Amino acid sequence: MKKIIDAVDTIVDQALDGMVIAYPEYLQRVEGTSVLARRVPKGTGKVGLVSGGGSGHEPAHAGYVGYGMLDAAVAGEVFTSPTPDQVYAGIKAADHGAGVLLVVKNYTGDVMNFDIARELADADGIATEVVLVNDDIAVQDSLYTTGRRGIAGTVFVHKIAGATAEEGASLATVKAVGDEVVANIASMGFALTSCTVPANGKPTFELGENEIEMGVGIHGEPGIERMPMMSAADLTAFLYHRLVEELALVPNERVAAMVNSMGATPGIELAIMAGHLAALVKGSQLSLEKVLMGEFMTSLEMAGASLTLLRLDDTRARRLGAACDTPALRVVTH
Amino acid sequence: MPSMKQVTFRDLWQRFAELVHENKSVLNDLDAAIGDADHGSNMDRGLEKAVEALNASPEGSLRADAKLIGMTLMSTVGGASGALWGSGMLKFAAALPDAPEVTWADFVNALGAFVEALSKRGQAVAGDKTMMDVFLPAMVEIQAQLSDEESLPASMVRLADQAKAWSDGTRDLVAKRGRAAYLGERSAGHIDPGSLSSAFWFEALAGAVGQQ
Repeated sequence: MKKIIDAVDTIVDQALDGMVIAYPEYLQRVEGTSVLARRVPKGTGKVGLVSGGGSGHEPAHAGYVGYGMLDAAVAGEVFTSPTPDQVYAGIKAADHGAGVLLVVKNYTGDVMNFDIARELADADGIATEVVLVNDDIAVQDSLYTTGRRGIAGTVFVHKIAGATAEEGASLATVKAVGDEVVANIASMGFALTSCTVPANGKPTFELGENEIEMGVGIHGEPGIERMPMMSAADLTAFLYHRLVEELALVPNERVAAMVNSMGATPGIELAIMAGHLAALVKGSQLSLEKVLMGEFMTSLEMAGASLTLLRLDDTRARRLGAACDTPALRVVTH
Repeated sequence: MPSMKQVTFRDLWQRFAELVHENKSVLNDLDAAIGDADHGSNMDRGLEKAVEALNASPEGSLRADAKLIGMTLMSTVGGASGALWGSGMLKFAAALPDAPEVTWADFVNALGAFVEALSKRGQAVAGDKTMMDVFLPAMVEIQAQLSDEESLPASMVRLADQAKAWSDGTRDLVAKRGRAAYLGERSAGHIDPGSLSSAFWFEALAGAVGQQ
């Protein structure tokens, strides 16, 4: 294992402090916790937004703390859900009297720990709601399983629900808007390499020179199928057609897209994918109104990418375009 | 009727922590095959803290110990395991009489509350390839074996062996709950790490009861 670390045990703690050092105008650490909250809190009477999860997905989640997106981000150990006491500390930091919306990716551990944190908040009279993000279409949704995972599409939920909260909407409204985003979003990703979880010290899986792992999540876990390596055009088309089918998009609909690096894949390769995406969208007679390209939801140093499509309507398009100012995403409207 | 003394209960957790520590990389490797490669590290981190907390805590009651274990695991393990072991041990504590020594029946009853809490929080049933594939049959077995003082150690050794076999049995299952569920059919062929750490708990129980 070759990583820029001092000790496995101190990775998250050091990284949180480092984020504050790099982004002091945005972030402050809630003392004694793994919570990063806005340096300048949102005004009283507005709904707070909390997200979080395991670490290793940088810039998620603290990178989205700031005006127009999150109020606080809670970090767990690498790829491990944060504990209820930490989530609750995040809820308290984000509460400005109008309740707190928790944006949770659908993983067993995250769901349980955020649930217990909600019980703690409930006992203290802080109203909370949850938006469960399950945008990964690689895994089947079924009554009998855990359901789909939440991956990169979560960032769109942060953005659009965050803009809604900033407008002064009620907790019920912000939740409804978040749920609507989830209902109109689909993502899927692939890996060219595995990643090495620091606690384990070796790559989680091995891939041959001409193999890729299709349908991976964001924890270095194996995907749904091993496939031969493809060209950028074929990879983009493979994901794109599945997403379009899943969302049942028809000509003249409007979409936003995200081309997300899993951590090691450079921008130059993402840009090639973005080019293919634009051509595919044109071919389906859809209107591509916004592309986010870069590292948004990563899996440590995994090479690979994910593609997300979000169906837009007027309101979602407006909120996606609303001003936001965070370490990882800025929308400037002037 | 055999009893469960506080010293035995603490010994059980000390042994459990040691077993998980010794097998940390085994658990991580099992998790790497069907999850995210950290089950051993997470449980090890939490159990080390739990044993530290027990050692620093004045002798009081099993219930106080169980609560301390639950709170510590819930705030240090993380992931599903932390939520399940943590909230489960809090229910375990709540089901115990507040005494330095409880009857074996009290202990088994509290274990029942623990397993019920796991079911409720995790919603997994037998065959889902989770820790429940050890705890559910073990609960049935331990209730059937309300034995006398003399035969208890041997029956707990037997139970620990069975627990290991139930964990081995998760190899052939397709996961329906937990992170391995995302792999679908590909999850078959690997032992569930949560079931193995659960089997270690029964091994620790057998060891502690044998020393009593």
